[in-house]
Amino acid sequence: MALIDIKNLTYTYPGASKPSVYDVTIKIEKGEFVLITGPSGCGKTTLCRCFNGLIPHFYQGEIKGEVTVAGINTFERHTYEMAKHVGLVFQNPENQLFALSVEKDVAFGLENNAVDREEMRKKVDWALNQTGIYEIRERSPHEISGGQQQRVAIASVLAMEPEIIVLDEPTSFLDPLSAQKIFDVIYRLNKEQGITVILVEHRLDLTAKYTDHLILMDQGTIRLEGDPREILNKEETRLIGVGIPKATLLYQLLKKEGFQLGGKIPLSSDELAEQLLEALEHR
Amino acid sequence: MIEAEDIHYSYPNKVEALKGVSITIKDGEFVAIMGQNGAGKSTFIKHFNGLLKPTQGRVKVDGVDTTKTSVASLARNVGFVFQNPDHQLFSETVEEEISFALKNFCFDKKIIEDRVTWALELLSINQYRKTSPFLLSGGERKRVALASVLAWDPQTLILDEPTIGQDHEQKEKLRQFIMQMKAQKKTIVIVTHDVEFVAECNPRVILMKDGKIIADGIGTAILTDPVMLELSSIVLPQIAEVFTKLGALGLPKNIIDIYEAKALLLKVRERLNK
Repeated sequence: MALIDIKNLTYTYPGASKPSVYDVTIKIEKGEFVLITGPSGCGKTTLCRCFNGLIPHFYQGEIKGEVTVAGINTFERHTYEMAKHVGLVFQNPENQLFALSVEKDVAFGLENNAVDREEMRKKVDWALNQTGIYEIRERSPHEISGGQQQRVAIASVLAMEPEIIVLDEPTSFLDPLSAQKIFDVIYRLNKEQGITVILVEHRLDLTAKYTDHLILMDQGTIRLEGDPREILNKEETRLIGVGIPKATLLYQLLKKEGFQLGGKIPLSSDELAEQLLEALEHR
Repeated sequence: MIEAEDIHYSYPNKVEALKGVSITIKDGEFVAIMGQNGAGKSTFIKHFNGLLKPTQGRVKVDGVDTTKTSVASLARNVGFVFQNPDHQLFSETVEEEISFALKNFCFDKKIIEDRVTWALELLSINQYRKTSPFLLSGGERKRVALASVLAWDPQTLILDEPTIGQDHEQKEKLRQFIMQMKAQKKTIVIVTHDVEFVAECNPRVILMKDGKIIADGIGTAILTDPVMLELSSIVLPQIAEVFTKLGALGLPKNIIDIYEAKALLLKVRERLNK
């Protein structure tokens, strides 16, 4: 069975007139790096809340279908039981942080799981270092910048070393280089430790290169799913309003002019530059 | 018009966030301020509507010294949209949120209605007119915050991270709107980490680091300077990155526009085919 198995999920928030997620079916295997994208308001965040049971337990509302995560039916079990399996980094870090110091926030999940002190110290320091916030560990999470708060939110999830990490636009307040470093850390955890990653992002320029499983949502449904190179090369994807990486767009423009470019559809500037050098140098 | 003269600012906890910053932004200018987290960008722009007053130095907005006036009287001319929409939204419906400032500025009822409708349509949130802003998605809440400021048509617009959570179509609309404002001789200042958005707009770009301005120039120059960008914790836009890697072909490196990139590459191919 797939690690995450969602069947015909339809969900409507309390008081909403129509469902935010409609008839969604997804299978995600262990160790995948999944990227979910789609226009603003298409249901990405709502879907994230289903992975750890926040929907339906916290948000209530009307839910149909089936959500099984790590073999557990999320409709039947509490969110705190899911927390061992799924770590969720919220879009707005302020909704997640509450402790008096950064390190206490990062340690909170481990404390709840009664991890022993030395072990906890090690894990917290590791997470603080991975996200580059070791220096500010004694500050209050409410007096640091939005970008730093996002790092704290990510660190507190990393410290738990969950099987699945769900990140909802986790670096939107971060400068591009810091964002890239965070994505690199997450990618490494995915490749080296086999942690399954589900990332929600609009900025495919920064993130398309990490994934081999792209899910494109629109108006609460899944419009396209699969190989990111194929999906990002489709006219339909552009029409839905997805920001295609500039390297991919330039490749398409050149192809239309009959430019001979070999190999796969590029997702990053590295890949495109390589193809261009190949095509133009060896003549 | 914004004039800042050697401004310094220290927070009450003694952290010196600005260490001598000077700048003149003229009417009709569009400026993007970029730089590392904690560089002082947000602190800097909060001086433009008087939310913060310099500890040392002077800020003048349309000729008025910000220490000699109030945030409330500056607000009529300077619209400010915060990074996090949740710091700004408070009304029960989107419509009330957007009409709030207009009512405070004592606009006519009919004008308020027109302006609200105009702003709702501009930001594609008309269908949420009667909805609570807190039921909307992050990207939509950001658009409500934008709409509530655009509605009163201020002369100067300060936007902190306007593209967060926005999809491609919304960004394109925002870009077109900013260009219209610029044509109307309004002053627009954005703080952003969105390199690709800045590359598409090609405004004047200011890089900040450790409370100082380290670079100031046109987008094509600044966004293609790998050394300055790295100092500011910014990555090259993808097109510029492609061109830095094509060094062997003898192409110019200061390219950020995709159509210009295409034309240049086609020319190289033609030359080689001969």
